[in-house]
Amino acid sequence: MENGKVERKDELEGILQTFARQANGLIPAFHAIQNRYGYVPKECLPEVARAFNLSQADVYGVLTFYHEFRHEPAGRHVVSACRAEACQANGSATVIERIRERLGIDFGETTPDDEVTLLPTYCFGNCACGPSIAIDGKLYGRMSAERVERMLRGMGALE
Amino acid sequence: MKVYVPRDYSACAMGADEVARAIEREAARRGLSLDLVRNGSRGLYWLEPLVEVERNGERIGYGPITEEEVEGLFSAGFLEGKEHPARLGDPEEIPYLRRQKRLVFRRMGRTDPLSLDAYRQQGGLAGLTRALTLSPQQIVEEVTKSGLRGRGGAGFPTGIKWKTTLQAAADRKYIVCNADEGDSGTFSDRMVIEGDPFLLIEGMIIAGLAVGATEGYVYLRSEYPLARRVFAEALEKARAVGMLGDDILGSGKSFALNLYIGAGAYVCGEETALLESLEGKRGMVRPRPPLPAIRGLWQKPTVVNNVITLASVPVILADGAEAFAQLGVGRSKGTLPVQLSGNLKRPGLVEVPFGITLEELLFEYGGGTASGRPLKTIQIGGPLGPFLPPSLFPVTLDYEELTKVRGIVGHGGIVAFDDTVNLGRMARYAMEYCAGESCGKCTPCRIGSTRGMELLDQILSGKKGPEAAELLVDLCDVMVNASLCGLGGMTPFPVLSGLRFFPEDFGYSKEEVEPLLQKV
Repeated sequence: MENGKVERKDELEGILQTFARQANGLIPAFHAIQNRYGYVPKECLPEVARAFNLSQADVYGVLTFYHEFRHEPAGRHVVSACRAEACQANGSATVIERIRERLGIDFGETTPDDEVTLLPTYCFGNCACGPSIAIDGKLYGRMSAERVERMLRGMGALE
Repeated sequence: MKVYVPRDYSACAMGADEVARAIEREAARRGLSLDLVRNGSRGLYWLEPLVEVERNGERIGYGPITEEEVEGLFSAGFLEGKEHPARLGDPEEIPYLRRQKRLVFRRMGRTDPLSLDAYRQQGGLAGLTRALTLSPQQIVEEVTKSGLRGRGGAGFPTGIKWKTTLQAAADRKYIVCNADEGDSGTFSDRMVIEGDPFLLIEGMIIAGLAVGATEGYVYLRSEYPLARRVFAEALEKARAVGMLGDDILGSGKSFALNLYIGAGAYVCGEETALLESLEGKRGMVRPRPPLPAIRGLWQKPTVVNNVITLASVPVILADGAEAFAQLGVGRSKGTLPVQLSGNLKRPGLVEVPFGITLEELLFEYGGGTASGRPLKTIQIGGPLGPFLPPSLFPVTLDYEELTKVRGIVGHGGIVAFDDTVNLGRMARYAMEYCAGESCGKCTPCRIGSTRGMELLDQILSGKKGPEAAELLVDLCDVMVNASLCGLGGMTPFPVLSGLRFFPEDFGYSKEEVEPLLQKV
């Protein structure tokens, strides 16, 4: 996933043409847009609405219902931490606390240098091997505060 | 020479991909040729990554193995099944696995999940082959006789649901698989899709034949990227060989199956919200009636079943309804793939007939807490399930027996907590979670969850007396009885059970909360 501006209208048109033919294509279209741009840029919405023959309000309503869709670009790295019960039972709170403290951000925020975005996840299905953290889409089990700090350091997110 | 390394999301989170690559590298370095198979996980998760070697038809397991240990594994002679500190012997002889009764998970971990030949050799397609010789009524009758109940959480008899859709007259009907496995502490759907995807496809085709539906959807949550890749590939293979399409296994009957990816909304695990989402809309809960079985996807009769429910169907058709119904107790027939997680020494997938006690699951299978501290409570049935104290661990896994103690089977997840957990904090978390995930359609859930969160903040800060507990119980009462769906209707379960069994975690005494709790 790469963050990019919606510079090429024909590219967006191409995505929309593929999905607007499907009766339930709006959510797949948002997935495709986010895959391309790293988020769903607001300036896409009028064209999305036109392609699906829906009002902009309808389209915005669908977009904002789902946690998965981002409305702003993410940082260069995305760290997702599981906040659900099974990971809590294995001490995820201390892992999450360490991430927040070292990066100085809370869930849903991006570091001021645009390096890391921290997102909550409610279950990766890795409950038997928690606490779970995903970094740029790769999942890691049995995470500890020390190990996550090492990993953040390794990817250059901490000075 | 075959070497197996699981390609399972959890095994990969523990380094299975790196181990697989290291094995290939090391084999090349030593000039050895071996056939590396990426199998599903057997569900013995404390042993992942679990590497297996097959020699003369026998399997020898080694686990858990790290990338760094691979070279030593070769040097020790693991390809000849020789000794090594991580040697486990035949994985199927490990008591944890040997003592299970695996029906749905019978193939899990044995083969390459994407090999249709292996699927067939291991008994796959037997259920579908039989179903193709039966009338729709006969298939529904068989599933009804098996006593199978919905494994997603509601426990509704599958045969009755199917019969309703079979009898509904319509030009088009649908089979929808609910693979939005959002409950924390559950992963059996993920395991089936990653580890035995043709089983789910087979179950959905049979469901289609049974009710007269020729099109189906799998609604898969976006948090399962490996499951998405594996299932998409399985669909292509099934289409290529004519398992799916206009001439199922040469029978002249047709079934088309599509994969649809959710976008991170817990409420979409509720079947009517799922249908809205599948239509491309906000996942807002629909009032019932009409039932989805009569007016579901695009207002057409629709069977919505969980992955495990559908994956149980080929087994029932292949082995016969009686074989399935013989297992279990009372009105809880067959087996349940229980998922043990949280603070346990041996977390994993335990498929056993209903009737086993929670105690046996937690201690004989789970091995007690991983931390070595006392096991304080379990949450059973997902984030909307209650917290149960050790005094209730002798209760058996059984829909009706669990209901008697205000428990639920749910999707079969059990999360264990040691004595460092605070149930007041967990209750607060339950309300916060509900507030974040509520679709907003009904007031008790939308507003109640936020008020509940505020109330619990006040209670936990010690600023409020017992009157706050009374208010909390009243609020829970309204949410339970007036919410449109299970999200608002069951969020009070973890709250009230915490208050009932662990009042001290809320700053109350048993005497203070007991009179309040009598009315709910």
